[in-house]
Amino acid sequence: MDRPNGFKFVGTRPDRPDGMDKVTGRAKFGADATAPGMLHAAIVRSPHAHAKILKIDSTKAEAMKEVKAVVTRADFAEGLTGENWNILENVMAGDKALYDGHAVAAVAATTPLAARDAAKLIAVEYEVLPHVTDVDKAMAEGAPVIREGAADKSVPDGLHANVVRYHESGHGDVEAGFAEADLVVEESFKTEATHQGYIEPHACLGQLGSDGKGELWCCTQGHFIVQKTCAALIGIEASQLRVTASEIGGGFGGKTTVFIEPVALALSRKANRPVKLVMSRSEVFRATGPTSSTSMDVKIGMTRDGTITAGEGVFRLQGGAFPGAPADLTAMCAFAPYALKNVKQTGYDVMSNRPKQAAYRAPGSPMAAFAVESVIDELCKKLDLDPVEVRLKNASKEGTKSSFGPRFDRIGLVETLEAAKAHPHYSAPLEPGQGRGLSCGFWFNHGGETSVSLSLSEDGTVALSVGTPDIGGSRASMCLMVAEELGIPYENVRTTIADTATLGYNDVSHGSRVTYASGLAAIKAARDVVNKLCARAANKWGIDKEAVIWEDGCAKPAGPNAGDFEPLPLARIARTMGRTGGPISGHFEATPEGAGMSFATHIVDAEVDGETGQTKVTRYTVVQDAGKAIHPSYVEGQFQGGAAQGIGWALNEEYIYGEDGRLQNAVFLDYRIPVASDLPMIDTVIVEVPNPGHPYGVRGVGETSICPPLAAIANAVSDAAGVRLTELPMSPPRILDALERQAHG
Amino acid sequence: MSMVHVTATVNDDEVEFLCDPRETLLDVLRDRLGLTGAKEGCGTGDCGACSVTVDGRLVCSCLMLGAEAEGKSIATVEGIADGENLHPLQEKFIEHAALQCGICTPGILVATKALLEKNPDPTETEVRYWLAGNLCRCTGYDKIIRAVMDTASDLRKAS
Amino acid sequence: MVEVTLWSGLKSFTDGQTTVEVEATNVGEVLRGLVELYPELEAPIEAGVSVAVDGRIIASSLTEPVQPDSEVYLLQQLKGG
Repeated sequence: MDRPNGFKFVGTRPDRPDGMDKVTGRAKFGADATAPGMLHAAIVRSPHAHAKILKIDSTKAEAMKEVKAVVTRADFAEGLTGENWNILENVMAGDKALYDGHAVAAVAATTPLAARDAAKLIAVEYEVLPHVTDVDKAMAEGAPVIREGAADKSVPDGLHANVVRYHESGHGDVEAGFAEADLVVEESFKTEATHQGYIEPHACLGQLGSDGKGELWCCTQGHFIVQKTCAALIGIEASQLRVTASEIGGGFGGKTTVFIEPVALALSRKANRPVKLVMSRSEVFRATGPTSSTSMDVKIGMTRDGTITAGEGVFRLQGGAFPGAPADLTAMCAFAPYALKNVKQTGYDVMSNRPKQAAYRAPGSPMAAFAVESVIDELCKKLDLDPVEVRLKNASKEGTKSSFGPRFDRIGLVETLEAAKAHPHYSAPLEPGQGRGLSCGFWFNHGGETSVSLSLSEDGTVALSVGTPDIGGSRASMCLMVAEELGIPYENVRTTIADTATLGYNDVSHGSRVTYASGLAAIKAARDVVNKLCARAANKWGIDKEAVIWEDGCAKPAGPNAGDFEPLPLARIARTMGRTGGPISGHFEATPEGAGMSFATHIVDAEVDGETGQTKVTRYTVVQDAGKAIHPSYVEGQFQGGAAQGIGWALNEEYIYGEDGRLQNAVFLDYRIPVASDLPMIDTVIVEVPNPGHPYGVRGVGETSICPPLAAIANAVSDAAGVRLTELPMSPPRILDALERQAHG
Repeated sequence: MSMVHVTATVNDDEVEFLCDPRETLLDVLRDRLGLTGAKEGCGTGDCGACSVTVDGRLVCSCLMLGAEAEGKSIATVEGIADGENLHPLQEKFIEHAALQCGICTPGILVATKALLEKNPDPTETEVRYWLAGNLCRCTGYDKIIRAVMDTASDLRKAS
Repeated sequence: MVEVTLWSGLKSFTDGQTTVEVEATNVGEVLRGLVELYPELEAPIEAGVSVAVDGRIIASSLTEPVQPDSEVYLLQQLKGG
């Protein structure tokens, strides 16, 4: 960390710069844009889980005077390969509909109601094919093949064609490790798919002229990837398409790809008018990325003193009708918190007739933690060991050879465990009927391509342009870091999310990377500006640039010239910059590769109602390493939000498919995310073990918070009700079943 | 289909509009009156992002037809601030960082304002149950509840 | 020479080898060296990999330096939510 004198702004909690916009309703989200002559679009979706598309007849729809364009797959680019082909196939079906809700055609009309009416008039003839939606069934002999030849060479011979990628890693000899153990526990787990559940449905407004020039407004976690992908999918040049990111109403990983954006552009190109396309909630559930569902086997051996002798896991993830389920990440995260001599993990990426899975907050890791941390809890119970002490005894630290291979750099797992142990929650007495659970969680974090620019105004204020959409208050953090470097008030910095035409390429706001990577870039851009400011001062004073330092927002003569000249504040230099060498701006472009890895420990108390099977979370504490919290309120917010989503995943949320392969709960009433009355306050402890890869020590905080809750709650349920739930969600029927089995067992 | 002519009051302004009989009040507010503060998160009355009050009563504007607004007085998030002055709830939401993405914020502000007008001294549990119809996916509700409780306490002291 | 450890799922591309020695001074040369030795690795590498160098995970930058005694692991591509 290179701020030896501490921080002036970083670590404070100023109002977010977009606060006023957000509380008055004037913030513009995806669906809030309009354009002159705008049309509205609707998408026709498959009612079948798996079907050949024999014929699409849009004659009746096109006969409506309000209808201006209809598109099908024929209106998109041909000859794509790799992931672009997968995305196009998901955006608009080709020969086959691969899941319930798969888009097969789209229509643009003068009003939203006319578009919906017209969509109903598009007749699609299907030949229904056998389908499979369960991960284990999709791997079993005789399961319908989703796509022949989709598997890569990593898959061992003899596996079903739906297994498309295979992962294996680890070290040591697990069998020898199990032989050393005093107790080995082996258990199988299943988790259902959950949806990111952002409250804002996907929405966009696109315009594409016959000159190949386009404009697109959309809610996305990354407008540069939208630009790149849309250009490929509709066959235009990327730089001819300018994409502007709207305010985004939640993403959590689900808005890191495209669904409707290429469709709006294709319709616009055909109709020669701007086209707005907004998904309904049921379209969001049926056709945008849920997580993978999983089937997992975990086996762990432990000695009586709590030393883990070996860990082995098999992780099967279905990722919908496309390759890409994060089985590799699940496998790599599973045992990461622990220093193991013997560890082996295997992952299977499996296709099924479900929507293409999308990233969801630490993709793949929460499920792995659910399985592994549940087994560790069982071992602790059976060996009568304290769960924190056992985890401390085995915890990964700097230099530990990780379960996925390389040695860890500086990490803060031990610190989170120590803080959890010291927290009053861990030693508080439980009410009768309550149980307590604990779990650790791990996520890699990410850097990614990053560009920012920083420009000075003559009045001494500065404008920072970043290319990473603000999903949780990141503009406040950016302003803080720039204010810190320049030594000017927080309010004098304005951060804007620049469009794709005004800034260099930026990777998506994902991988908990924004405060880390855009923050690092903002700091470097500010230092670039400081260099230029110092040079202007040196020039004015007639001394060497090296003899000028920047302190408290002023250029000051240093070294032999110290005290010779009055300090020059930023605003004074800025006022005359046009006449002293031209406008001053700073910029930074890089792919920072020092995203520090992140660990958390969660403690949860829960009570289980034996009559109804309902589980109530009564107390919750999140302890997580943030490296350095730039704006602590928004760090806490990430901790709390991840915990709440984890609670939903653990207790309520699941994709329910019928025998017909159709999604049965595609509305919020039936897909129940936690509401205010379901949750307690969520305590937070911010641990700060600086990340050596960031000038202030920042580690991303967005994702790790969703890793521990699934297991922590399962462990609390086990403690409260004496039953070990191995399937998620731990919904009332499952809890009642488990209680009944226990009573009769 | 013939349009319906409607006269109503929105945030104390007289408004007149024509709408399709199938259009919801939310459609009318957003598409015909340009008031995009109320959001459509579900269209089925489950998420509360479209919350407005109609003659003082909290409703999901996605569940009411535009045509039903005839003669009614509607209040939306755009009308909460008094000119340049934010309502204390709005100030507290910013101060407590009670929003992350902000998509649920308009609905939650409309709902909590209605709560505090009815019950100036709610318990935490009462706030949680009142807001059970307003989904927030980002915050885990913690900071929202704190902002509401803090506003209620301030407003009681002020009155 | 730099010793590179591959995840064992790649064994089918490397005649069963999980550690491979290549001549390299940066991440790009590591990847190029691997493909020269085992051309079939091109597909998984093109599809996206990360390289861990002394505990730091390099997700995309090919210019990150590698020392002869560096601990180098080929990992599957990391993506986030």
